[in-house]
Formats: sequence, C-alpha cells, structure tokens
Amino acid sequence: MAQLHFFKLKPAHLPWLKCIIHLSALVPLLLIFFQAFNDELGGDPVSALLHFTGLGAFKLLLLSLLVTPLARLLKQGLLINVRRLLGLYSFTYALAHIASYVLFDLQLDWPLLLSEIVKRPYITVGFVGWLILLALALTSTKQAQRKLGKRWQSLHNSVYLAAIMVSIHFLWSVKSAILEPTIYIVMTALLLAYRRDKFKRWFNKRIKNRQKV
Amino acid sequence: MLIKTPKASVICESQVTDESVYNQRRDIIKSMGFVGASALLSSTPARASFFGNDDAETFKTEKLNFSASSKKAATKLTPEEKIISHNNFYEFGTGKSDPVENAQQFKVNPWRLSIEGLAEKPFTLDYDDLFKQFPLEERIYRLRCVEAWSMVVPWIGFSLASLIKKAKPLSSAKYVAFETLYDPEQMPGQRSRFAGGGINYPYIEGLRIDEAMHPLTLLSVGLYGKTLPAQNGAPIRLVVPWKYGFKSIKSITRIRLTDKRPPTSWNQLAANEYGFYANVNPNVDHPRWSQASERRISGAGLFSRNRIDTKMFNGYEEVAALYQGMDLRKHF
Repeated sequence: MAQLHFFKLKPAHLPWLKCIIHLSALVPLLLIFFQAFNDELGGDPVSALLHFTGLGAFKLLLLSLLVTPLARLLKQGLLINVRRLLGLYSFTYALAHIASYVLFDLQLDWPLLLSEIVKRPYITVGFVGWLILLALALTSTKQAQRKLGKRWQSLHNSVYLAAIMVSIHFLWSVKSAILEPTIYIVMTALLLAYRRDKFKRWFNKRIKNRQKV
Repeated sequence: MLIKTPKASVICESQVTDESVYNQRRDIIKSMGFVGASALLSSTPARASFFGNDDAETFKTEKLNFSASSKKAATKLTPEEKIISHNNFYEFGTGKSDPVENAQQFKVNPWRLSIEGLAEKPFTLDYDDLFKQFPLEERIYRLRCVEAWSMVVPWIGFSLASLIKKAKPLSSAKYVAFETLYDPEQMPGQRSRFAGGGINYPYIEGLRIDEAMHPLTLLSVGLYGKTLPAQNGAPIRLVVPWKYGFKSIKSITRIRLTDKRPPTSWNQLAANEYGFYANVNPNVDHPRWSQASERRISGAGLFSRNRIDTKMFNGYEEVAALYQGMDLRKHF
C-alpha cells in the first residue's frame, strides 16, 4: 500500500489519539449501562447489555489485531503505542460482558454458572477466551513484560487463540442468524492470515524440536 | 389413598396482587400519562422516527369488546411496552427490537384466514370476522420462550377448538397445520435467507388434533384490551401456553386439518434443538442452554431477582394427560 507522504504520526499526536480511543470506548460503555439501569433498552435490557458488551469486546479485539498490519502498511510505526490500550478496552468490555451475564442474567446462581461453563460448548470457549484476555490484561504492564522476559511474547501470542475462541463463541451462540458472526469470522481470519509467516515459523520450530528428541 | 393437589397452573393467593394495589397502579399510570409518553419516546418503538421516518405511518390498534378474565389481577403482568417491543418475528428481522421497527406499515385489513383440509365445512374468515364470529375473552397466560425468558400476557381471543368445531372436522383429521402470511414485499425477512435467519418461508407450525382442541389453546386477536400490534402477530395468532413460544405462530392465513404430522419451521431448521412437541420442560435442556430456569421479563429493572424455576408444561399441568405414556425426553 502507498505510504502516506502527507502525514506522519509524531509522538505529540499520541496523547490525542489515545484520548479519542478513551472517549470512543468508554462513553458508549457507560451510556449502555446508564440506559440499562433506567430500563431504556427495549424489552429485555439484559440481552441488550450482553450483545452490546460482547460485540464491543470482539470489535476492540479485532482493532487491536489490526494495529500491527496497519502500522506496517501505512509505515506509521508509532501506531503500535495504542495497541495495548485497545487490548485493555477489549478486556474491559469482556469483563462487563461476563459480569452482566453473572449478575443480571444468571443472577449469581453460581452452580448454574459452573454447569453452564462445563455443559455448553459456546460458553466454554467464550470463558476460555475471557481467561486468556484476563491473563494478557494482568501482564500488560511494562513491569510484567520485564519480569517475564522471553516468555512474555509467547504468552501474548495467545491473543490469536483468544480471537479464534471468541469467533466460535459468537457463531455458536446465535440461534440461526449466522450472517453477522460470519462477517466477524471473515475479519478474524483475514487478520490471522496476515500472521501466517509467524504461524509457519512456530510450526516448523515444533517439528524441528520433535526431530531433535 | 387419594392425594388432591391443586393444579400447578392455578395461581396461589401469595401471587395475587391486592386488587386495591392493582387499581391504584392503573390510576398511577393514568396520572403519569405525560411521563409515560415521554418515556416511550426514548425507547425502541420511536427509534425509527428519531432517524427521520417521521412521516411514516405507525401501526394502529383498536379497542376490543371482550369478557374480562376472572383471574384479572392474579399475576404481575409484563408491562405492555415490554410485550410490544421484545419480539421474535423473523419475518420482520432477527433482532428482538427489529419487529417493532419494521412492522409498523404492515397491512392486515383486508385479511383472509382459511380453515380447510379434512373437514365437512371448510370456511374462510375475513378481517372483521376475526373479531365477530366468536365471543372474545381475556386470558392471562404465561409465555415461555425457548430462549429461557418469559412474560405474562393478557391475551384476548377465542378457543381454537370453537373454530375447528365450526368446520366439522372428519375423523381422519389427526393434526392441524398452520401457516403465516407469505408476503416478501411487506415482510423483509422473507426476501432472503440471510435476512430471515435461514427459515424456509412461509413459517409453518403444527399441533396434534387433541392439543389443538384443548380448551387452553387460544387464537389471539388482541392483548391489553386492544387488537394485536403488528409485531405481536396481527391480526390473528396462535397461543399455546404450555409450549415454547415458537409454536405460537403469528399472522396466520391458513389452518389445515390433516392426517399426517405436518412439518414445522424451527424443526426443519434444527431438528436436534427444536422438536415437534416443544412442550416446556425443565428436565430437557436445549443443547446450548439450560431450560431449568427462566428470566421473567417484568419491567422491575436490572436488579430485580427475576430468575425463576421453569415448571413442567409451563405450569399448565392439566395438559399432562395428553402425553401419557410418551417419553418426553425423546419427543421433546
């Protein structure tokens, strides 16, 4: 893709860019909860909350996966600086999603929560995806990065697995209207396809390691 | 020993809202008419007009004459604005708030409902007949959706049995098949497979003849004292309160008596998830979620503890005799 000659992202732009991300992620989230508390979300505010937060988490996850390809294609290396923020907002939405499910849908019926996680494949994969995002959020600080050293990168590569889990969770959760999940799965597949060389390298490494043994 | 237990569907005294409270509630709502109207403006039904469809006509409902339910204030009714804004009616879109937005221009008059098939006297009803041929009565029924939410709805209508009797069914009639209007011009969901959630339209449903003749089985033409809103299945729909909501087919144009078990829409789409019988059963889970409990949509807000245990046959245990000797795990 052509380089953007007329614009180059500078360090001074970053606070503004981050500010925009903060506003456009946080305001809708607060607004939806405000509407839900005031019973302004149509017939069933709980399902509206679940859809909004779940879809929001997925969108933000895809956006965070879009940062690297975008930075390379547009030659805007500084863009990488917003990746963590987008990832953390994806986790925030996912946290709101699971909290709405436990608090407002299951209404703190813990045995039901456990049996649903075990018995329902779409909830199992969604929960695994959420656990991955939780681990990534907890190790997102510079400090954790230093402490974990080389292992940090391999841990954070599991974001690709999370993206796959979330796609399956979405597809399996719908009754029959698969158009929307399909669109998201295609987007996920494109973003993962961009990393195919990375996956190939892992794969070859695995095979070599096996041959050594 | 004879053990007499009241039918579970009989609403016990503890569930009954005191009549004075019930009447007060109406007064409060009336006195808040202004607030109510403005609150409605901010909710889904008005969204279409918010985005500039102001001149678009809205679907009109009319007051009905009917005999009121004797169990009038028995259970806490789901508020009308919830019942008319949270709908599964894939012909008007697959989202819960799609039908209220997309069905506003639905034309129900003229209408033609035909009763045909294995009957001595098949007949048809036009729009006015729907409200005049049979005495209308109010019935307050629990509605349990297969998606594990529920409502309490004050329907108005008449027994399906009285309609079928009028057609004088032959003894060979073993099943009743129902069909929703097929009109892709009015129903955007019928225009493509994607828009309509993959259902092969027209939507079809069916009952065994004894289920159809059961006194609980209702043909509804109204709710909350008025004719049905388009999104709730105007002008006439089925209500089978002991079965999951998808059995209660909307906007019916054809009722056919037959000797073979008719195919049904959701069963065609996913036979492992939706059976022909679809009786509410807390012991048989949907493959993807538990059916042991449900969320009662009450309008009491996000923090109301409205998750309740689901009852066999949705609490209408008087229908159990219809299924004696049947393995309801197999015939789900």
